[in-house]
Amino acid sequence: MNTLILISVIPIVLLYLGLYKVKTALLPVTVIGLIAALVLAVVQWNNTTGPIYSGMMLFDNFAIAFSAVTIVSTILILLLSKDYFDKISSHVAEYYAIILFALAGIVVMVSFNNLTMLFIGIEIMSVSLYILAGIKKNDFASNEAALKYFLMGAFSTGFLLFGITLIYGASGSFNLDAIRTYVLTTAHIDPIFYTGIVLIIVGLCFKVGAAPFHFWTPDVYEGSPTLITAFMSTVVKTAGFAAFLRLFLACFTTLSTFWTPALVAIAIATLFIGNITALYQKSFKRMLAYSSISHAGYLLFAIVALGVGSANSVLVYASAYSIASIMAFGALILIQEQSGRDSFESFNGLSERNPFLALMLTIAMLSLAGIPLTAGFIGKFYMFTGALGHYQVWLVIIAVINAIISIFYYFRVIIAMYFNTADRVEVVVPGYYKFVLGISALATIIIGIYPAFISGLI
Amino acid sequence: MTVSILIFLPVIAALVVLFFKNETAKHAALFFAVAEFAIALLFLSKFIPDATTQFVVCTPWIVKFGIYFNAGIDGISMIMVLLTTLLVPLIILTTYQHQYKNAPTFYALILFMQAGLLLVFTALDGFLFYVGWEAALIPIYFICALWGGVNRIRITIKFFIYTFAGSLFMLVAIIFLYLQNSERTFDLHQLTSMDINAHQQSWVYLAFFLAFAIKMPLFPFHTWQPDTYTEAPSAGTMMLSGIMLKMGIYGLIRWGIPCAALGFYQWREVSIFLAIIGIVYASIIAFKQTDGKRLVAYSSIAHVGLMAAGIIAWNTIGLQGALIQMLSHGINIVGMFFIWDIISRRLNTRDINQLGGIAKVAPKFSIAFLIIVLGTVALPLTNGFIGEFLLLNSVYEANMVLAAVSGLTIIFGAVYMLRMYKGVMQGETNALTATFTDISGSEQVVLIIICALIIGIGVYPQPILHLSEAAINSLGQNVYSKLQLR
Repeated sequence: MNTLILISVIPIVLLYLGLYKVKTALLPVTVIGLIAALVLAVVQWNNTTGPIYSGMMLFDNFAIAFSAVTIVSTILILLLSKDYFDKISSHVAEYYAIILFALAGIVVMVSFNNLTMLFIGIEIMSVSLYILAGIKKNDFASNEAALKYFLMGAFSTGFLLFGITLIYGASGSFNLDAIRTYVLTTAHIDPIFYTGIVLIIVGLCFKVGAAPFHFWTPDVYEGSPTLITAFMSTVVKTAGFAAFLRLFLACFTTLSTFWTPALVAIAIATLFIGNITALYQKSFKRMLAYSSISHAGYLLFAIVALGVGSANSVLVYASAYSIASIMAFGALILIQEQSGRDSFESFNGLSERNPFLALMLTIAMLSLAGIPLTAGFIGKFYMFTGALGHYQVWLVIIAVINAIISIFYYFRVIIAMYFNTADRVEVVVPGYYKFVLGISALATIIIGIYPAFISGLI
Repeated sequence: MTVSILIFLPVIAALVVLFFKNETAKHAALFFAVAEFAIALLFLSKFIPDATTQFVVCTPWIVKFGIYFNAGIDGISMIMVLLTTLLVPLIILTTYQHQYKNAPTFYALILFMQAGLLLVFTALDGFLFYVGWEAALIPIYFICALWGGVNRIRITIKFFIYTFAGSLFMLVAIIFLYLQNSERTFDLHQLTSMDINAHQQSWVYLAFFLAFAIKMPLFPFHTWQPDTYTEAPSAGTMMLSGIMLKMGIYGLIRWGIPCAALGFYQWREVSIFLAIIGIVYASIIAFKQTDGKRLVAYSSIAHVGLMAAGIIAWNTIGLQGALIQMLSHGINIVGMFFIWDIISRRLNTRDINQLGGIAKVAPKFSIAFLIIVLGTVALPLTNGFIGEFLLLNSVYEANMVLAAVSGLTIIFGAVYMLRMYKGVMQGETNALTATFTDISGSEQVVLIIICALIIGIGVYPQPILHLSEAAINSLGQNVYSKLQLR
């Protein structure tokens, strides 16, 4: 719990630092603060005493693992930000502060034990993200992204809240334990309870960007500053799925016959829409946006195959996906800065211009495509195994077809980098980028070769 | 002494070769490949030719899923290991006359691919088998796409997607088998001795068969093959045709059929029919080819079709034939592609119509070429003969008509191969071919080794047959007993 307190306090410190113009201290303070928060979370491992704050939150291993993943991802993203924010705004402290506020919301989202906390967590995170999307005040696309995100987000929060209300109406409590007891002991579950589940699914699918509730994703991802996009498509998505899974694991497991068909349909739609649309993109950033939709589809498998292994599957898949995405976005930022474009062509001949960056991006693409010996494959393996274990054979076959489709657009980048001729000068990779990319590549391969040390966690 | 030495040495070698310079990388790669072959020979000398799996390594890998790093060598694997470790140094030697850009990366990829191939041929764990399967695919994709011909990008992505698609279905089948057994293990022995119903087995077999049929390739999944073989750099073509396509055949023998015997039985006619169609179809197309490399590519489809047919007929003779033919075909096809590599490097063309009369200017080359052609057309006393004879015998036992049709391959093969030889080597020497210089140096070494093997195995195949006999009998019986229980 100290993690949450610390993550909430750091931004305030940062804002003061910004006030007194200590720009150079911002990043070190943030990173050190986050590492401290990470340590505070990890020491609680296997040391959970039960729900705290009148049953509002439960900081169990599930919460710790997902807090850790999101904190580490945030650190990696922030390390990429060293010069990035300076270039787009003079109020740099705000960025760090708002990202950390969002992270505080995320920690609440992964450790809630009460539906009100779920709502509060999602709102803390979302409001921060609305601001972050629109933080390039004079940029038209950024403004559009913020407005779109805000309207859509508010709408989906409405659904979520409505669902929570109905569930409260039927079960008489916001508390997850009480709702579980209601589900298990009531012979005739009230229809409004089912309606509540449907509305919650709609609300959460909006947040994680699953089809057909995905329309905001590409525009928002494209309009936002790239680093913020990286944050949204990795940390936020992981948190969304963690919250989704936590709620369903705790309360709705026994009702799976009711909601599984709906989720299977959503997962199939998400896979196809994300993948097929990604095929037709000319912009690398937009391609990543659509590919993130398709990965949401794979992540939904864990909820379709709800069971003891689900948390683990989501953890592995989300970590693999986050790491690879951070690498891809990091490479994109460099290319964008140095060539001014984000199309596939701007990657042409990167293997000549900067072999290191090309290799890193190749590893990221192979991991996203799910090729063995990378973390992405282990993630897919978990998802397929889980779904097959629940006899969702057709779902897995559809997933396989989608995995094949995804090869086309992930390999487009590799082809551009290695097989098309260079048309521009070298790309310079700053030291801290090398660090982040190197660490991420190493993690991708280590998880790919020996996943045991992350897979046995929860 | 376990098989892990064999698997990990190429990986280490690949990393080491990366640090060499452009000019010296090939020597380093050759050194490691020869060392690997020496180790394989050491394994061979300690190998006891009975039905047991030897040199087993079995350590927990991903315990939670019951995945073990479980690999070993039995009589069947031994032949594949010999094939791989023998051909890789030869293939590296064939590249000695080439100047590749980024040579260290090129050789590192070949060595890394060797590790993947060896993993496939020795894996006793389904997950491990799949990992090796893909680990062999990624390097060859980059070899073909980075060092290939003009149309390489479009063609290699087609190749990659084709094979990746097949292998993903195989992965689903493997996971399915894993979930069905009560022990929750990927162990080969467990997966093959499970009791699942015929309907499920039929789907499992189809998933496996798809992956293997694409890899071999069998008709109608062959469309990636001629283009890829033609566009790939010659070393890549040799890796693909000499070793990689054997992954499909080996997979069928080791995994596809034993894991889903009842499913195999249901689809047996269809499978064998596809294999035979491929033989005839590829032979006819091979007639019409004027590009030498392409002609050899189509001939490979025909040969692999016969191997598949012999296996699908499923009797010990056929399995024996398929194993020895895999070895022979690997040697012959590498020789054949090397011949075309030499021609196209000297004369910048592979068009048979533009060639002719090379025999007069290059006698040594012409002898080597002739021996390889004779091996390929399965003349008695060459290595191709024993394999094809056993395979045809096996198909005959299954179905006489099919055997008659597939027997045509030998005739067809002789026609197009000898026509090719005639077009290239005999007749009048023209202005272009007059410039042809005879083989020398590393080329000589490679061709002498290949010719010696062609004749050596052809005259005295017994040691190789003996090596795999016990393992094949036991495997064959195993599947038979399942079919009879039905």
